[in-house]
Amino acid sequence: MIELVKNTKIDFMGLKKYAFVFSALLLVLGLVGTVQIYRGQANLGIDLEGGTSIQLKFQKPFSMNEIRSLLAKAGHGEAALQEVSGENILMIKLGAHGSQVEKMVAGPVEKLLRESLPGNPFVVESVSEIGPAIGHKLRQDAALALLISALAIILYLAWRFEFKFGVAAAIATFHDVFVIVGIFWVLGIEMDLLFITALLTIGGYSLTDTVVVFDRVRENIRLRKMKTFSETINLSVNEVLSRTIITSLTTFLATVSLLAFGGIVLRDFALALTMGIAIGTYSSIFIASPVVALWRGEKMTDVKR
Amino acid sequence: MWKSITGRITMIVVLTTVSIIVLAPSLTDRLPSGWKDRVPKINLGLDLQGGVFLRLAVEIDKAIENTSMRYADDARAVCRDKALPVLAFQKAGEGGFSLRFPPGDFASRAQAALKEEFPSLDVALGEVKADGATVIARMKPAEIQAIRTNAVVQGVETIRNRIDQFGVREPQIIAEGEDRIVVQLPGVKDQQRAIELVGKTALLEFKLVDEGASVEEALKGNVPEDGQVLYQKSVDPQSGRATKTPLLVKKRALLTGDTIKTARVNFGDQGRGAHVSLSFDTRGAKVFDRVTAENVKRRLAIVLDDTIYSAPVIQERISGGEAQITGSFTPEEASDLAIVLRAGSLPAPVKVIQNVSIGPSLGQDSIRKGVRAALIGALLVVAFMAFYYRFAGMVADFALVFNILFLLAGMAAFSATLTLPGIAGIILAIGMAVDSNVLIIERIREEIRAKKSVRAAIDAGYDKAFWTVVDSHVTTLITAVILFQFGTGPIKGFAVTLSMGVAINLFTALVCTKVVFDYLNARKPMQALSI
Repeated sequence: MIELVKNTKIDFMGLKKYAFVFSALLLVLGLVGTVQIYRGQANLGIDLEGGTSIQLKFQKPFSMNEIRSLLAKAGHGEAALQEVSGENILMIKLGAHGSQVEKMVAGPVEKLLRESLPGNPFVVESVSEIGPAIGHKLRQDAALALLISALAIILYLAWRFEFKFGVAAAIATFHDVFVIVGIFWVLGIEMDLLFITALLTIGGYSLTDTVVVFDRVRENIRLRKMKTFSETINLSVNEVLSRTIITSLTTFLATVSLLAFGGIVLRDFALALTMGIAIGTYSSIFIASPVVALWRGEKMTDVKR
Repeated sequence: MWKSITGRITMIVVLTTVSIIVLAPSLTDRLPSGWKDRVPKINLGLDLQGGVFLRLAVEIDKAIENTSMRYADDARAVCRDKALPVLAFQKAGEGGFSLRFPPGDFASRAQAALKEEFPSLDVALGEVKADGATVIARMKPAEIQAIRTNAVVQGVETIRNRIDQFGVREPQIIAEGEDRIVVQLPGVKDQQRAIELVGKTALLEFKLVDEGASVEEALKGNVPEDGQVLYQKSVDPQSGRATKTPLLVKKRALLTGDTIKTARVNFGDQGRGAHVSLSFDTRGAKVFDRVTAENVKRRLAIVLDDTIYSAPVIQERISGGEAQITGSFTPEEASDLAIVLRAGSLPAPVKVIQNVSIGPSLGQDSIRKGVRAALIGALLVVAFMAFYYRFAGMVADFALVFNILFLLAGMAAFSATLTLPGIAGIILAIGMAVDSNVLIIERIREEIRAKKSVRAAIDAGYDKAFWTVVDSHVTTLITAVILFQFGTGPIKGFAVTLSMGVAINLFTALVCTKVVFDYLNARKPMQALSI
């Protein structure tokens, strides 16, 4: 038997003060990030705020300055350019930041570059143009999906465990989502629909982790192994620690290979997942269980079922 | 059945066979046609095979306004014929307009005349003042509703017609909500051209050029009541420069494109560029015959979507029901024009509010990298499990293979669409599958440490892990189903593979692995377990 983690007796509940301070800091960051997103002060993908994005692959290296001035002359001074070094790939983002113009500009821009750079032909790898109304709707849909799934999960866990467990799990899950939003906001990484997908995945992952711990807590309460609720939590977390670490490790293997080999489209997605796994594991230990302990007190009454 | 080992093994064998039969055509083309043609396939999303996704907003209000303005024009013509002087004309709310008449019985006579002439209008007498009275006409609610429904339904039909003639394999054109149309064209290479073909209203009108008034005056704002200024676009073949010439034309269309029977392209005979030949149906031919007979030596403008393509002088009466549209077309433009004229015009203009075009090269690149990443990830996980948990880890790996097989077969069976986020969903489902096995194996280890026999430890491990596995899967399933219901685009693709993967995993993790241990134990109770 190879055992990475064996008979640990870590006092997790004793560490909860530090964890709460740490989480509070990250949450503030996340809340600021969320507010900024709503104020339109974040690097949102065009699928969330409207605009045009074009990805071109040139045959030869190109000059960013030349293209910037070409676009500026055509009235696209606000264009955000990004190049993928070594691959001659150029990404152009236009008309974002709350622009109300519902005009499709990808065609003209493509034509302009083709005519101005005859010596360096390119293929259009992708074009994405989204009117602000649709961006708004997609953003709303995503928020709605997040909210409804949180509610449904609270209900399910309230039915399977207790209402307080359900709420604590939801708090831990939202904690993770906010923290990742905060980190992405600080790093200035573009947030698009794929990022929202990653958030939901992280939520699901964190929830699974929390459920595993809760399950063990319930069992240990029934067996009356410890005298207080906090001690029971400590015992339970230590008992499932081996599983927690191994699962995090295997999931890491999967997301890191996405990060390394998944290509440019999946890169930020994989990054969010990789960070999310760490945060999700942390929150199920240091947020979900302590919240239940604080709310429920130290009574050792049975959790149903 | 769940107790009997043979029952469970039979079930797994049957499922595996069915899965292979269902999945094979999605993976390879080299199968007998009787097999591959009868089995549904996994579709590749636009992000994986390239193509165009368009979301169009149907401007229904404009269609209603256009119709009501046509009624208004006709109403004024009726008033003119009956010598009822219209002093002023105004739009009045949705689908309505008002006409003002001088004092006297003009207004009431107009009301009676319009009522009789236009049964689809509600015609009412407005306020009577000293300087005259108004008549308010409004399209009946049923008529407005019909335009609303028709604008989207007919729009979908027309676009499908155009796309079919353009030649796209498996296009998807569907109405979304009350005023949206979503068009998906997988594999289209010339994406700008496809977008133009879909988005063009293609309302063809024949209008007389008004030579009685001057264009200059009209441009200054003195447009005659029954006229409008439109521009003729022409491209100089040498310099390639486009010029726009204003022309004053009569507002009223003498003939519209809905009377066209066929349209085809003719390529440059003698110095002329490509042009489009039209032939009208019987009704159209009759009208065209009359119009040309009545207007010999006058200019007839051929107007498409408020742009004049050409405005030739009518040399003589044309009775054959044939006409030509010339202009400076490239062959592609001419052929697309013929397509839209054949397929007919959209009942209401549409606006592209979302356009996602993925080039075929990026699609291939994405699928290659996505699949490679997924494979590398899966291999690493499999290797780790076999190394860390030894024999039990290998049993888990074996279940993982079944999981992936069943998942892909399930996608093929439902003809689901695989997208890049979908691949991410598969990776997450694999992660969860591994997690269930880790949970179970760790539980078995605990039981073994508690000095239970191998067989008892295995049974207890599965029993105790059961609800944990179910709980974690159900919560994930809840999220995935809600995402599927409320999510759009990439989120949906992710939700599909994740929810299927999670559901299948409940079976493979809890049943497929257990049967291996049970089988071994049934032959000879295991003394030690490599775990």
